[in-house]
Amino acid sequence: MHTRSNNDKAIYRKTITDRIFWSVIAVGAVIASLIMVLIVIFLVVESYDFIDRVGVLHFVTDDGWWPLDQLYNLTPMLVASLGVSFGALAIASPLAIIFSVYCVFYNKGWWQGFFERIVDVTAAIPTVIYGFWGLMVVVPIMNKFTSHGVNLFSGMLVLAMMIFPTIAMLTTSALKSVPFNQIQGATALGVRRSSLIKKIALPHAKPGIVMAMILGITRAIGETMVVLMLCGNVVQFPSSLFDPTRTLTANIALEMPYAMGDHRSSLFVTGLMVLIVVSILVIISEVYANRKRTMNH
Amino acid sequence: MTTDVTLDLTKENSNDGVNFDAVKDETIALKVEDLNLYYDKKQALNNINLHIPEKKVTAFIGPSGCGKSTLLRCFNRMNDLVDIARVEGAIKLHDNNIYGKDVNVADLRRNVGMVFQKPNPFPKSIYENVAYGLRLQGINKRSVLDEVVEWALKGAALWDEVKDRLDENALGLSGGQQQRLVIARSIAVQPEVLLLDEPASALDPISTLKIEELIHDLKDQYTIVIVTHNMQQAARVSDYTAFMFMGDLVEFDETDVIFTNPRKKKTEDYITGRYG
Repeated sequence: MHTRSNNDKAIYRKTITDRIFWSVIAVGAVIASLIMVLIVIFLVVESYDFIDRVGVLHFVTDDGWWPLDQLYNLTPMLVASLGVSFGALAIASPLAIIFSVYCVFYNKGWWQGFFERIVDVTAAIPTVIYGFWGLMVVVPIMNKFTSHGVNLFSGMLVLAMMIFPTIAMLTTSALKSVPFNQIQGATALGVRRSSLIKKIALPHAKPGIVMAMILGITRAIGETMVVLMLCGNVVQFPSSLFDPTRTLTANIALEMPYAMGDHRSSLFVTGLMVLIVVSILVIISEVYANRKRTMNH
Repeated sequence: MTTDVTLDLTKENSNDGVNFDAVKDETIALKVEDLNLYYDKKQALNNINLHIPEKKVTAFIGPSGCGKSTLLRCFNRMNDLVDIARVEGAIKLHDNNIYGKDVNVADLRRNVGMVFQKPNPFPKSIYENVAYGLRLQGINKRSVLDEVVEWALKGAALWDEVKDRLDENALGLSGGQQQRLVIARSIAVQPEVLLLDEPASALDPISTLKIEELIHDLKDQYTIVIVTHNMQQAARVSDYTAFMFMGDLVEFDETDVIFTNPRKKKTEDYITGRYG
């Protein structure tokens, strides 16, 4: 009896190791989330006074982006950012989905997994290398067809290559998570592989694929190096795919080194705008994921 | 020469528990001939020879890992899904080798339906689950579908429980209902053979009883092969029983004979609960 109660104590009481472990984990989590919050606060604080003084409307109605002349219209760059990112998404996602379907359902034999490994590796290539490659390869080809080789479309293409691995990796894992008993059940009913993919696997993996696309586009919107090197950096509403244009992120990177005073503040507003666009996309994805989750239960 | 003789002897030995005479008056639906199955290099089925009679219930029993599910999955080539599985020998469905070159596996599987241990309805409505196989064949006419869905659900003894909520998600049904729904889904495409892979082992006793009654009703129209590790269940539902052990088909005979007067010591030891 005596030993028994001792044992119980040992089981139910938190040991000192438990407590230390818990504290380390908790402190780590708090620091990590605090850093995120601090970045947002920093951006808001830096831009708040300026927005308050100039008025929000100026950032959307001014006659252009001439920060030294107190003209701060960000909409051409917002449009450019969205255009180049959604364009990249439109190019990359069909390819990524086809690639993933091939890897998961068709690629059997000794080279199974080979392409997936390659894509894993390409996901780790620094974006400046993509930009560099684009300048050396894509732009000269583009120059043969248009007057400006560095344009919206060049940026789109290389950005698509850059987000392809992200979307492909996540789509592949979404397709792999289709329960085997569903695949087995459909197969036993005489479903051919093509209908199995269309009617069982893709619908089941759809939430995962949508999340993959949203993650891809948030990467594209935040991307700076590729668009800076390939889009041409002229502040204007692109009237065609082959117009040079400048994105919000490129704007910050280009002007921050020499900006002072109000000019500097307006770049913080640019940053805030990138943050807002990305946050909206993240919120949409969260709402979508939650709805899917409740629908499935 | 010597090798050949030895091989022949082994074949003889491994099949001497199979009483082909027991089914000599029946029409044979499935003939298994010299079937060997390998997972990579490991052999999982050893030279199986077996005749499965039409419109009867044949049960496969044996301890875990004896190969009974593996053998069952050979009948509709579900082992094709396993990359490392390799099959030698033949299984003939009415004298057509299902492992032949020109076999359309999708058509085969429509003709040889399968129900798994864990109920696996699709995350769709009850109606759409049953209509699924028909829609795959391009049958979309509402009146035809309505008729078949009702017929299949009645056939699976589920109609009365679900007729007022056919549009509800199938995942809301109980485990036993889901399993009967899956059976309805299988019979909706009117297969000849139904393979049941431990269909009741994840269910409660009442649901199990319903499934067993259902099997009894279905055998008028279908050739049924059932894998079970529940010996009482095999005794209750089957006409013929095959006992398997470590990849060998040890004995095959009428169920009564297997359970009352087995010829093989191994069979007797198993059914009397000496191992398993």
